[in-house]
Parts: sequence; structure tokens; C-alpha cells
Amino acid sequence: MTPLLGLAAKSLWSRRITAGLTVFSIGVSVMLLLAVEKVRSEARESFASTISGTDLIVGARGGPVNLLLYSVFRIGEPTTNVSWRSYRMVASHPDVAWAIPISLGDSHRGFRVVGTSTGYFEHFRYGRKRSLAFETGRPFEALYEAVLGADVARTLGYAIGDEITVAHGIGEVSFVNHAEHPFRVTGILAPTATPVDRAVHVSVEAVSAIHAPWQPGGQDRPAAGTPAPPPSLTAEPHGPTPPIEAGGHDHGHETLHERVEVDAARPASSPPQDGQADYPTERGPAPTGITAFLVGMKTPVATLQMQRALNEYRDEPLLAIMPGVTLQQLWQVVGIGDRALLVIAACVVLAGLTGMVTALLTSLNERRREMAVLRSVGARPAHVFALLVLESGLLASAGAMLGVLLAWTGLRVGEPLLERRFGLFFDLTAPSGYDLAVTGVVIAAGLCAGTLPAWRAYRNSLADGLSMRI
Amino acid sequence: MTETAIEVKGLRFEWVAGEPVLDIPSFVVARGERVFLEGPSGSGKSTLLGLIGGVLPPREGSVRVLGTDLGKLPSTARDRFRADHIGFVFQMFNLLPYLGVLDNVVLPASFSVRRRERAGDVLAEARRLLDALGIGDPGLLSRDVGRLSIGQQQRVAVARALLGRPDVLIADEPTSALDAGTREAFLELLMSECRATGTTLLFVSHDTALGSLFDRSLGLGAVNRAGRARQAA
Ligand SMILES: Nc1ncnc2c1ncn2[C@@H]1O[C@H](COP(=O)(O)OP(=O)(O)OP(=O)(O)O)[C@@H](O)[C@H]1O
Ligand SMILES: [Mg+2]
Repeated sequence: MTPLLGLAAKSLWSRRITAGLTVFSIGVSVMLLLAVEKVRSEARESFASTISGTDLIVGARGGPVNLLLYSVFRIGEPTTNVSWRSYRMVASHPDVAWAIPISLGDSHRGFRVVGTSTGYFEHFRYGRKRSLAFETGRPFEALYEAVLGADVARTLGYAIGDEITVAHGIGEVSFVNHAEHPFRVTGILAPTATPVDRAVHVSVEAVSAIHAPWQPGGQDRPAAGTPAPPPSLTAEPHGPTPPIEAGGHDHGHETLHERVEVDAARPASSPPQDGQADYPTERGPAPTGITAFLVGMKTPVATLQMQRALNEYRDEPLLAIMPGVTLQQLWQVVGIGDRALLVIAACVVLAGLTGMVTALLTSLNERRREMAVLRSVGARPAHVFALLVLESGLLASAGAMLGVLLAWTGLRVGEPLLERRFGLFFDLTAPSGYDLAVTGVVIAAGLCAGTLPAWRAYRNSLADGLSMRI
Repeated sequence: MTETAIEVKGLRFEWVAGEPVLDIPSFVVARGERVFLEGPSGSGKSTLLGLIGGVLPPREGSVRVLGTDLGKLPSTARDRFRADHIGFVFQMFNLLPYLGVLDNVVLPASFSVRRRERAGDVLAEARRLLDALGIGDPGLLSRDVGRLSIGQQQRVAVARALLGRPDVLIADEPTSALDAGTREAFLELLMSECRATGTTLLFVSHDTALGSLFDRSLGLGAVNRAGRARQAA
């Protein structure tokens, strides 16, 4: 076999232009296959970690995917809210490390407004447990302050200190403009390549405040409509100022309570209609209901217990989901397209190998003399067969290796862009099992494909014998 | 060891049914003999060499080379027998264009253990043969075989056919592309090398003028009844 391998290599070298093109086309197809799979798996990874470090997402009872869609991806609307009381109850549970309210329903020029707490900037995680970072500025402190996601700031050209108004509803054009309450931009977040980039973050109190004048009827927010609170709640007396988040953390939200002077600017004609027991009236209206809330638990076991407890909670129909699990479910649906892409890439590999077979078959006629010479020096037809299989094996191997190289270089070069635009990170230290499998399969397929020209050459050399003429 | 190198008996061969190309009752070449076989174009010379070389299986009769009946061997064994015992030189295109001169000459050693062993130091033997044939010049050796003159290419082919001292050398019109002067020189080199190694030479050509240089010269028509029948027709 060794002399044949040398012959195959030298023969290919003598046809290096055609052979080079064949190798290149196989290489490009393999590159495509590898890169598509790399991007695909990284996209899945990145999708699965659109939200990470959050143990539970709690919302009104309904479909888990639906809850995930509106709370994380800001797609669609919940039909019911979660009561502030339930949120407070969970937040103050001893096993809960932190809880962050999410209140949706408003927008600013097509971007969703998210009512939340400053804990959001501290506890929210995405990707590989990355926390949100401020490109510039700081979290909101006063009532009418807002923090913009990177896309919002970039698209609308906002800077710190700009004033924005919030519209009711989520369309580009909204009929109710809460223009009397402009928000001042205090911070802009660094890009995350998650829906966070497309959100305007304000405090939940601010969301309540801008709706306060319309709230009595409860008709104001049809999408995220706040159900009338139970009478028992309104009857409760006002208590001392509690932290918004439970769990003994104190991370800056106290400044929110100190900013009472801002709240004082609020029109006196819009007092909270149903001030809750643990809510200071001077901070703005207490939220009666929120869209959902994110929970970080102290232990994994506590997560499971809390999830069960919430899903079986009698007083209010709640749904608690583990985001990772539901993200995987959602990926089953979203991921179909990229599987199709993988199939296409595999077809391109097939085309590359077909091109190789074509090139080899075409060369056979002019190589009949070469085969006759080989036969005359003692090569058996089997040698001729093996020679051609080796040639295609060499072409496929070179192509596969070129493909790995191209894919690696391509991803290396494209990495910064892919990271910035899509939040994709690539681990390019060592070839993955998949890379090796693809390389192996392509080489094996190349050897198999080589049997066709090899068989032709074998038949030719039997028929030609030694006397192949000009 | 038999005294006959090639022994053809009652051989009949036809490419197309009903049109016999060869019908040879008997044709014998002794060991070490240098035989010139002449015949017009299309008379079946190359076909006969294919049969003796074990590339074509005889339909009828027997072809014995060195006492081995090739027709009785399976095709793989025939191929191996050819690799071990027979060297070939053709009219032209003997060399693999993508191999260098030396690589071309040592090719038979890759396919036959016997010839590799008989050659000893294969590369040294290749150089010795090329030297003896007058093309041992290092400048020539490093040249692309496609850049050699036809005469030089034919001498490289002879060096390859003789590597590992095969028992029989079959030459199928190796001189027909050469001019008269080159042809004489080439034939003398070929003869002296065969004489030196004791190789049986079966040389085929339609050029009757070359016959006098050989131990024996005969026309294919003299041994082939099919040819006579066709010529008569
Ligand atoms: N592969 C083949 N298939 C069918 N017929 C063939 C084949 N090879 C040769 N023939 C026929 O057999 C006959 C003898 O051919 P061959 O090549 O043996 O002649 P030749 O004496 O070597 O001629 P030349 O001097 O031109 O080389 C011719 O009629 C030729 O057409
Ligand atoms: Mg001929």
C-alpha cells in the first residue's frame, strides 16, 4: 500500500490544479458544515441562557412557554397579573435569596418598558452567568428615571439626561401618552444580545404612578390589566417602609425610598387608590399587580419546593417555571430552522464529494495509458482500484482538513462580530467530537465515493491490458 | 529449470468471435535467446505479447512461460507471475509522467518482491542500469521524464524492464519512434544488457531490417496460421 500511497500523492500533485479545486470545494463544504453546527450549537446555548441565574419565573397561571415569552422575550401579553401580595409573600420567604418584579404593558417608541426594581441590575444574569453592566450612568433611583437597553439607546440616539415619555400599550403609535410624566435617562446598559437590549427599565412604582390617575376603574391596562385587589388588602393599615426585595439584601434600593422629593412632584390629584399595607404613599402608588417576577433561591432543593408550592398555591392561580427547562422546550420549536440549515450544509458536502468523483471520472480516460504502464510493471487491477480509492481518500482528507482550518479561521475572524451582534461565543481551543466525527465521515465518504472511479479504472485496465494506444 | 523460456502450443485467440487473430500450433523461445518477431500492422503481434505477458487469457491451447502454464493460473497469480518474471518495453509512453527518472526505473520493485530482492540495492541498481544505458548523467536523472527525448525515454524504459533481472524481456516496437541512428545505438545497448544479464528477449517489430541483429528472426506469418489464412483471403 505504501508505494501506492506515494503514487497516488504524486499523481494528484501532477494534477494539482484540478486536485486543488476539488480539495477547495470539499474544504468549503466541510467548513460550512462545521461552522453551521458551531453557530447552531452556540445559538442554542446562547438561547438557553437568555436568562441564567434565575431559578424561577413566576406569573399568572397559563402556559409555561407563554410565561417565558412575555417575561423574558417580551413577546405577547399575560392575560392576568400577579398580585403584589403574592410577590411580597414569596420575596419575604426565608429560602428566597432575591426576587425581582417585572411589570410590562407600556412602551417607548416601539420598545417595551419594563417596570422592575434595582435588584434587576444586580441579580439578572444572561449567557454564562454574566450580569448586566452599565455602559454609562447608573441605575434608576428617583421615580421618573429610566435605564435604557443598548439597542434602545443606539437606535433612538439617547444619552444620559435625555427625557423620554412612556406610552400606554406596546405599539409604535399609542393612543395614551403619559406625556405628563417624562422619564430622565440615568443609565445605558452594555449590549447583551438578549431582549434586555431592547427594553426601557423603570421602577415598578413608576409604572404604577403613571397609571394611577386611570386606575380606579381598572380599565386602563387591558393587556396587563390589574385585577382589583382583594378588600382585605385595601383595608390593611399603612406600615413602616419595607425593602422592596426580601432576603436581607440591601443593594441600593433604599435610595429609592430616599428620593421622596421626586415623588412630591407627582400631581396631588393622583394619590394611590389602593395603597398597600407595606407601602409608603409618598413613594408613589403601590403596585397592585405586576406581570411576573424573577426569583433566586438559596438552594436547588428550595427551588423545587418553592416551584411546587407556588403551582399548588390556593389563594391565587400562579405558575412558577424554571427558565432553563422551558427555554429548552421553546428551542424545540425555534430550533427547526437551524436543523434545516444543517441539512443544507450536509448537502453541500455531498455536492463537494460528487464534484470530486466527477473530476476523477473525467481524468480516467486520459489516465488509461498510465494504468497500462502500471499493469506492465506488475500492478494488478486491484492495485489500480486501490490507487484511485487512495486518491479520492487523499482528496477528501485534504478537503476535510482544509474545511476544519477554514471553519476555525472563519470563526476566529468573525468572533468579535458574532459576539457583538448575536452574543455568540466560541470555544475554539480544541476540535470538538463533532469536528472529528465530521472529518471522519467526510474521509470515509470520500473513500466510498472513490470506489466508483476506481471500479471504472479497474474495468478499463482489465480491458486495456498493456496495449493502451494513443 | 526448463530450457525453454516461452512455449506456445495450439494457441488460438480471437477478439471477435469467428475472426481468429492468432492460431499458433507451436512457437518456442529458448532461455537466453534473443528473438526478433516481425509482422505487418494488425497481424496480432501485440495480442501475442499480451498472451505471453499473462494479461490476456488464451481461449484455446497453452502458453507456458518458464514452464508455467499461464492459462491455468488464476488472474491474480498471472499478474504476480508477470511482475516477477517479465519486463516490458513499449513503443512509447512507457513512463509515468508524474514520477522522476529514478522513481520510474524502481517501479517494478514496488510490485514484485522477487525483483526487489534480485536487484539488491534497488536505487544503486537503477543507477547502474541507467549508467550502462548511457543516461546516468545526474542532469538527466533530475529531469522531468516528459522533458527527455524519445530515445532517452526508451532507454529509461529498458532500464526499468531490466531492473531485478527478469527472466524475459518483451519489447513491443520500442524503436519505431526513433530515427535510424538512435535506433541502432538503442538496440546495441538493449542487446548487450540482455546478454550481460542472460535475459531472454522477445522483440517485436514490423521493421524487417532489424532482424539481422538478433539470434533468430522470424515472421509472425510463419508461425501463425490465422494470419496466413487472412493474407490468403
Ligand atoms: N482490445 C481489442 N479488442 C478488439 N480487437 C482488438 C483489440 N486489440 C487488437 N484487436 C484486433 O486484433 C488484431 C491484432 O491487433 P494487434 O494489436 O495484436 O496487432 P499488431 O500486430 O500489434 O499491430 P501493430 O503493428 O499496428 O501494433 C487487429 O485486427 C486489431 O484490430
Ligand atoms: Mg502492436
